[in-house]
Amino acid sequence: MEIPKSFLGYKRENGRVGTRNHVVILPVDDISNACAEAVANNIKGTFAIPHAYGRLQFGADLELFFDTMIGTGKNPNVAACIVIGIEPKWTKRIVDAVAKTRKPVEGFSIEGSGDIRTIMKASQKAQEFSQWSSEKQREECPLSDLWISVKCGESDTTSGMAANPAVGNLMDKLEPLGVHLCFGETSELTGAEKVCATRGATPEASEKFIKTWSDYNDFILKEATNDLSESQPTAGNIAGGLTTIEEKAFGNFQKIGSRKFIDVLTPAEEPKKGPGLYFMDTSSAAGECLTLQAAAGFNIHLFPTGQGNIIGNAIEPVVKLTGNPSTAINMREHIDLDVSKILKREMNMDQAGDELIMTTIRAASGRLTCAEVLGHKEFVMTKLFRSA
Amino acid sequence: MATTDIIIHDQKDNVGVVVIEKITANQDCNCWIMENDGSVTIKSKNEIPLGHKIAMIDFKEGDTILKYGHDIGKVVKPIKKGEHVHVHNVKTKKW
Repeated sequence: MEIPKSFLGYKRENGRVGTRNHVVILPVDDISNACAEAVANNIKGTFAIPHAYGRLQFGADLELFFDTMIGTGKNPNVAACIVIGIEPKWTKRIVDAVAKTRKPVEGFSIEGSGDIRTIMKASQKAQEFSQWSSEKQREECPLSDLWISVKCGESDTTSGMAANPAVGNLMDKLEPLGVHLCFGETSELTGAEKVCATRGATPEASEKFIKTWSDYNDFILKEATNDLSESQPTAGNIAGGLTTIEEKAFGNFQKIGSRKFIDVLTPAEEPKKGPGLYFMDTSSAAGECLTLQAAAGFNIHLFPTGQGNIIGNAIEPVVKLTGNPSTAINMREHIDLDVSKILKREMNMDQAGDELIMTTIRAASGRLTCAEVLGHKEFVMTKLFRSA
Repeated sequence: MATTDIIIHDQKDNVGVVVIEKITANQDCNCWIMENDGSVTIKSKNEIPLGHKIAMIDFKEGDTILKYGHDIGKVVKPIKKGEHVHVHNVKTKKW
């Protein structure tokens, strides 16, 4: 197949391209969720991203919180952004950082005004942003404007046979075209960590990966009451035939095809070494991983599943594929691409990769994904430790 | 082309994965080896559902299971060729 050279995206002020044109109402903290949701309810064409944190966090945990919030606002899928927090200082910190992209952003703080007056003021600005963004048009953009993140979930053995290697095939074909790619899941590479380390493009990248994985493993050994056998593999994984964490890890690892990663990112860190594949240190919980990848600037997500994980994301469209024929039938409303014909040898990996490329380009150009149509807008903060 | 009942990722693998709804006990199964496009056959000893593994050789306790050409765990109970391989007879080497 000849790979299309372009997709239709929204060109942003800072040169990045969005696959979506969201106007988001971003609460800084848990107690500002109500206000943010009221504004989103008032003003059509906007939505709020409520979450549970943003109070009394400190140190590295607070920095990750800010990186996540700021990265979410900066993501090119966001056309404009309203930030609402209880206090002016943290609100302003997010507004100022998002404003560096030159997209419209405005902050409101509730203290001293109350919810109702804040809702009124923020709604007026949100109306302006909503109508302004509604005039933005999609334009033809090169595929190199795609920043594709990947993460698999509710995996089974079909993930390692069909859906994950189909993603790997897409990576092998799109990386030479200058696409940014990102995989994560530090914990779920356990068992394949030595092989994964050999896939660093440079000795520095390999060393960074080994350090990241070892830090994670030390933490598990310190915190675990017995071992991870109860949660890794999960009950769903085991039902699907996965026996050990090693087996799950090698299946997971199929997602990067034969690519090498050029750098290792901290959670929510924006890639700075240009196009290519990045590894990001993330949890393997889908909601957390996708939220971090979106905050790093990735604008479309590929999610292979076996037993049928239903995850979406607040700002990244999530394209779901499965190689499990039962999941493709029984959970069809969640599956954007069925590659189960690989198991019957009625489709080869090259064809599956091509179909996935076309599905990805269509979603990037505006076709709503199953997760979007079904209303999945998961946004889950990664907490490093408890708040003060 | 005959129906493929079992897929084996790598030539070195000593287990295969059932890719039809299930195989029944004493079924003659066709296996496809992805890596080299090769074919082998095996007779099953148990019913094994979709996505679950079958032993391609006899294993004794302490043996290593190879899938994707890599070590994915250790045998904790002897397994005969054609039997179901899963959490009841294989464990991780990590913990």
